[in-house]
Amino acid sequence: MNPAQRSGRYDAVVIGGGHNGLVCAAYLAKAGRKVLVLERRHVLGGAAVTEELHPGFHFSVCSYVVSLFRPSIIRDLDLAKHGMEIIPLETAFAPRIDDCGLCRWSDPGRTRHEISRFSARDAEIYPEFSLTMTKMAQLVRNIIDSPAPDPTSWNPAELFRLLRLGKELQRGGAESVGMNLKLLTMSAVDFLDRWFESEVLKAVMSVSGIIGTFLGVRSPGTAYVLLHHYMGEIDGAFRSWGYSKGGTGGISLACARAAESFGAEIRTGAGVERVRIKNGRATGIVLANGDEIEAKTVISSCDPRLTFFGLVGRDHLDGDFVEQIERYKLRGSSGKVNLAVDRLPRFHGREGTDFLRGDIAIAPSIDYLERAYDQAKYGEFSERPYLNVVIPSIMDPSVAPPGQHVISMFVQYAPYDIKEGPENWPSKRQAFGDTVVDTLAEYCPGLKESILYRQVLTPWDLEQEFGLSEGNIFQGELSLEQLLFQRPAAGWARYRTPIKNLWMCGSGTHPGGGLMGAPGQLAALSMLGSRQT
Amino acid sequence: MPIPSPFHSRTSKLCTSLRWKDWAGYHAVCSYRTCHEPEYFAFRHAAGLIDVTPLFKYEVYGPDAAALLARITVRDITKLGVGRVTYLCWCDDDGKVVDDGTVSRLEEDYFRVTAAEPSLSWFERMARGYQVTIEDSTQRWGALALQGPNSRDILKQVSDADMDGLGFFRVVRAQLDGVEAFISRTGYTGDLGYEIWVDTSAGSPGSAGSGTAAERVYDALTEAGRNFGLLPAGLDAMDVTRIEAGFIMNGVDYFSAHHCLTEMRKSSPYELGLGWTVKLDRGPFVGQAALAREKRAGSARLFVGLDVAWTDLERVFAGYGLPPEISSAAWRDGRPVYDRDGRWIGQATSGAWSPVLKKNLALAQLEASFATPGERVEIELTAEYRRHRVTATVVKPPFFNPPRKRA
Repeated sequence: MNPAQRSGRYDAVVIGGGHNGLVCAAYLAKAGRKVLVLERRHVLGGAAVTEELHPGFHFSVCSYVVSLFRPSIIRDLDLAKHGMEIIPLETAFAPRIDDCGLCRWSDPGRTRHEISRFSARDAEIYPEFSLTMTKMAQLVRNIIDSPAPDPTSWNPAELFRLLRLGKELQRGGAESVGMNLKLLTMSAVDFLDRWFESEVLKAVMSVSGIIGTFLGVRSPGTAYVLLHHYMGEIDGAFRSWGYSKGGTGGISLACARAAESFGAEIRTGAGVERVRIKNGRATGIVLANGDEIEAKTVISSCDPRLTFFGLVGRDHLDGDFVEQIERYKLRGSSGKVNLAVDRLPRFHGREGTDFLRGDIAIAPSIDYLERAYDQAKYGEFSERPYLNVVIPSIMDPSVAPPGQHVISMFVQYAPYDIKEGPENWPSKRQAFGDTVVDTLAEYCPGLKESILYRQVLTPWDLEQEFGLSEGNIFQGELSLEQLLFQRPAAGWARYRTPIKNLWMCGSGTHPGGGLMGAPGQLAALSMLGSRQT
Repeated sequence: MPIPSPFHSRTSKLCTSLRWKDWAGYHAVCSYRTCHEPEYFAFRHAAGLIDVTPLFKYEVYGPDAAALLARITVRDITKLGVGRVTYLCWCDDDGKVVDDGTVSRLEEDYFRVTAAEPSLSWFERMARGYQVTIEDSTQRWGALALQGPNSRDILKQVSDADMDGLGFFRVVRAQLDGVEAFISRTGYTGDLGYEIWVDTSAGSPGSAGSGTAAERVYDALTEAGRNFGLLPAGLDAMDVTRIEAGFIMNGVDYFSAHHCLTEMRKSSPYELGLGWTVKLDRGPFVGQAALAREKRAGSARLFVGLDVAWTDLERVFAGYGLPPEISSAAWRDGRPVYDRDGRWIGQATSGAWSPVLKKNLALAQLEASFATPGERVEIELTAEYRRHRVTATVVKPPFFNPPRKRA
């Protein structure tokens, strides 16, 4: 490090202190770079944040489960030492109004018993299905752990990577290729129909195909997203869906502590107004308060729209590129309702808390889900939405006072573009919250009386408060046409941007969203490999 | 046939998996549910309660109690303060480890020793000429380990002792739900944790409540733990935590010198990473001369931790078209360790996948020249019935050492 660097000029400034920004910063700092992270809000974490909104109740405000956080990041950054604590989920419960519903357990035998109450055939096929999906997921997993191959390049390294991808696809033989094509093109429901007969099982499994997209369970292309559920089985993490102890923000804080331990500097309450650009090169950033910070490299962890239209500005970009970013689909389709309650909800026909040590899906039938989507298509939030509910305080009592609980609900559909226009969401916020509580209360009578506090986040709030354009939780839909070498734009899937020295590292880049940390990690490693920083 | 512990009436109701094994003549739970992982995570993120009654226990009292223990163990017990606990081992005359355990000084002339194996005859043989009484109190003390970050908060609900004042490796007399007990801040998980010792011979205290003293303590802890994520935990979960903590186990990572047919099988404290417990510079104790010699000359083997390279492991399995297959349970079937040229340099004696660290860990004894942290060695791995060698890095244990353990 030369004296000029020490005197103040940063090697890299990362815009946004979410988990990806922090992971990226930690890797760069670990490699000896002088790094500064700037977060607009008063807390770190971005959408992976914990806030004590009601005294004694710690809410994982947005992102509420850790899905695919890369084990290699935990090892590389020594995150366990820096306080990363992930508690794996043990169950997946689908309640029903008229009976005790279906609970899937980490014990396969117990799961078989549960499913056989609905269909003995399905109970036997279930492990077979898992095996096939695991095979498919092996391919996808390799994709997640490396930057997307570039199909337009003649560089031998790129060709080799594409070849490897092709070979992986081919390896399982004709059957596997066929299965992949089905997965890529079919709807979640059509795909599941080929395996299972019981409505309750198919419904609850199909929702994995729609989370975070503006699609229904019968829309083509949703089968592919099912795969993501199976990746945990093979990444050496064992039951990789989990809670972060103390709330999801714990993950961001562990990343922040790791980054700081390597010498990175982190500022909160430091909103970035724009990227400073000179002759097509980023030279630093301008803060909202007018201060300028010089840096050799600027890295944005914001979504592509915010990055290019907000922080860069269309004037600095080619028309073609602007067009691609315009077409990039954000269209948020979900909201969040968080509750503080003074007792545990009770579900029909079930005692104790064993079946609540995981997630609860309100997805009683395929028609229910499709009906929920119908309303969204015409610009309304679903009257009876799909809910993914978790009660993290059961396994992690530290997030609520003794005996009391936090309930976190992911709600789909809540389209950003309601027919009254997104700016009118605030006037519908409470009605939306009521709908969600009413929906859950149908399954747990007495819920309403137990509520001490309620937080409602509409897609509009997600955009305004967390900087997620159109409230999209993945910084862009995880649909096929904007994955891999198309994420976020063809030709710009390797974390670089048309502006020299400006890089991206958010969920809007390969391999996408879902609290993986992979975009931040791969962006940093790409930068370090490019020898530009 | 194993016998039930004083907590059996409670643990047997909870153990829905019916997974039991024999531990030193007692029925002991492997895991309460089919899958032990929730119990492991309870130890690391909330609290787990495990019945450790089968540990061998000895009351040593009398005016020469301290002198005797200083004579037969590697530590100078006369320096141990009242209310303190220490971890140590004891050796034979050749300086080879016989067993390891803890010694608590409960009063000036009153100690309690825990051991993995029956040790009464060995202690008594050494006690000739000392004014001391040794009582095998194994059956008398029901023992529970309450381990995990919430363990202190749980004990605060049920114990009259000052839990905040009870430092690491301290012991205190306390009442739990009206039952007399000892609470020591000790354990085998390398986390914040306590062990609770209940006298089962005292009979049931007359006051309110029902059940024996042991049952009442168990019930009180279970009830207090309800809001703190407490789970009953079995040996499978504890085995993973003790490997993360780098704790050796008699009969697994080493063998008592009393049971070894060959010299090669025996280990000295230095070879087991217990050199720090040996205090050479003092009055005579069993094994002193041999240990002093070894200290001067250096040990042939040394105890290390191994971090088995995940990428290597993945590569081996990928060669068969498989995702990495790693058992979530700890293993204890020794595995050979080689240098990078394929020469045998020692053995890994137990290991586990660490869910917290996302690392594949092992405890090993290696030729001393390979025991430097950062050294790269190779460990045997079986995949698809075939033997492979994968890279492992030498690490100084513990692998996992949270600040709360001592805080």
